[in-house]
Amino acid sequence: MFKTIAVALGAAVLAGGAVQAADLSGAGATFPAPVYAKWAETYKAQTGVGLNYQAIGSGGGIKQITAKTVDFGASDKPLKPEQLNQAGLYQFPTVIGGVVPIMNVPGIQPGQIRLTGELLGDIYLGKVAKWNDARIVNLNKGVKLPNLPITVVHRSDGSGTSFLFTSYLAMKNPEWQSKVGASDSVQWPTGLGGKGNDGVSAFVKQTVGSIGYVEYAYAKQNRETYALVQNKAGQFPAPTAADFAAAAAGADWTKAPGNYLLLLDQPGAKSWPITGATFILVYKEQSNAAAGQGVLKFFDWAYKNGDAAAGALDYVPLPAQVKTLIRKQWAANIKSGGKPVYVSK
Amino acid sequence: MTRPASKGAWFDPIFEGLCFGAATLLLVALAGVVVSLTIGGWPALSHFGLSFFTSTTWNPVTEVYGAAGPIVGTLVTSALALLIALPVALGVSIFLVEFCPKQLSRPIAVAVELLAGIPSIVYGMWGLFVLAPFFAEHIQLPLMMNAPAGSIWETLFYGVPNGANIFTASLILAIMILPYMAAVFRELFLTVPPQVRESAYGIGCTPLEVITSVVLPYVRGGAIGVVMLGLGRALGETMAVTFIIGNAHGLPKSLFDSGSTLASTIANEFTEATGEMHTAALTALGLVLFVITFGVLAIARLLLLRQRYD
Repeated sequence: MFKTIAVALGAAVLAGGAVQAADLSGAGATFPAPVYAKWAETYKAQTGVGLNYQAIGSGGGIKQITAKTVDFGASDKPLKPEQLNQAGLYQFPTVIGGVVPIMNVPGIQPGQIRLTGELLGDIYLGKVAKWNDARIVNLNKGVKLPNLPITVVHRSDGSGTSFLFTSYLAMKNPEWQSKVGASDSVQWPTGLGGKGNDGVSAFVKQTVGSIGYVEYAYAKQNRETYALVQNKAGQFPAPTAADFAAAAAGADWTKAPGNYLLLLDQPGAKSWPITGATFILVYKEQSNAAAGQGVLKFFDWAYKNGDAAAGALDYVPLPAQVKTLIRKQWAANIKSGGKPVYVSK
Repeated sequence: MTRPASKGAWFDPIFEGLCFGAATLLLVALAGVVVSLTIGGWPALSHFGLSFFTSTTWNPVTEVYGAAGPIVGTLVTSALALLIALPVALGVSIFLVEFCPKQLSRPIAVAVELLAGIPSIVYGMWGLFVLAPFFAEHIQLPLMMNAPAGSIWETLFYGVPNGANIFTASLILAIMILPYMAAVFRELFLTVPPQVRESAYGIGCTPLEVITSVVLPYVRGGAIGVVMLGLGRALGETMAVTFIIGNAHGLPKSLFDSGSTLASTIANEFTEATGEMHTAALTALGLVLFVITFGVLAIARLLLLRQRYD
């Protein structure tokens, strides 16, 4: 009797140990955390390999991978090629998201107001301070705009959403570029800060005449009153999954060293102008080949099988040609002792 | 003649050692916090020097950091919270001790303690979704619109009318520190010997006179301690404030302007801070908060000591 229990316990410990050893660990961005969790759940059911992902923020993710306490880091903000080289890291995108301006003006329906990047910059600089400013009226002929002050709402917490938004403003508005710049938290010239997408959304809903920005999935799920933004082709696409995917497909990943690409203002009539990917960071030289292989295997599996789950959670999957390119990069970039740790079949 | 040794006496040195160990551990942990905050924040403190405390620029893009905004925001919200909470806390505890019928006293005391147990994030959400819109519509807008042009009131009530500002943050803080203060005040008032209070009533004092001339002077030292305890908690409160203060880094220009506190700035930016100087500046904010809180407690101790010698 005792013996059976002892054997059973021993087997359980061994089995547990084996699974534990193969489990992957990652840390970083909060934005993709729900989809990583969903993928991990299905992946574990199919392969027995679990993923322990701590959504501690992009900054934390970069710190943890630099300290080598996790198998991979995750960041909404791509690292510049020189930062990657300095740390010996390689980055690749997993899913796409975007930023959508939202507003609260009496009588205005979702998608009714059209803005340009430059104008959005001037609004966030506090230079365009009324909704019936001539520049907004000229872009929106036929829409009745009230004489109402514009209240600017931004994120108070450092976030990839703010990084993408301020990068876009800096790109389209030279004054924003010189006075404020782009980062995950900046010195906002005006307005008030809400914590998280829900904080921004609450302030916008509660303040008549306000404008804010939230991540696409949040805007969609909460049916926010969004504004349209002019893209590079001069069009005003709607913030839908297809238009975010169009921006990713229009981008030229082959000409982006280190995959440093923000997907902002991409060519194509349907490309949503404020689009960005979220990234995974891994070491180029893997000291533990098995762990490196496990990470790449997981994301290869997600590339193949994860699009539906991502779509259901309102993330935009990467276009097929981008996935193919990334798979080739894995084999060429991530090695252990000179040999690629994983080759996708 | 000596007392016969107790059977358990062998355990006494061990017991003493354990207690000593617990006390030492606490001190070591405290020292560890100070040391690590200083080391972490040193790059920012040494780089910006005095301007770290006087400048209102907080710019993660150009890596220039000045903490004047959050420092002022912290002090103003805490002081305002105390100003609001103190009279109410005194009122609650005086009512409980002096006037409350026996059957009612217990339920009210329990309600006060329950209030103290609500997590701060709940206060924050309530503040953001319930208090802020109500405040904006029924208090802030009428005040703003009825303030005489050019008067000090116009300056004082100026702000974005959505209820996320220094004043509502102070209000939330006041609600949060109120139960602590009321509970400790009640305990304090109960320490007044019944004979003292009864003799005061006996010589014909009114309840108000008993409170102001007998009870309050009797517990003065302890009362200062309670105030400082409330202040200490208000200084460090993070989540509820972050939700409702509006999170602007500059100096607040009016009562209804948005601002920030030391704790809310750390909560907002620490997770995504990637630059070395950014992390250092946030850690230095932690050190400043620690020093301010420590200062408050030290003043409280000093006042209590003086009280004892009086």
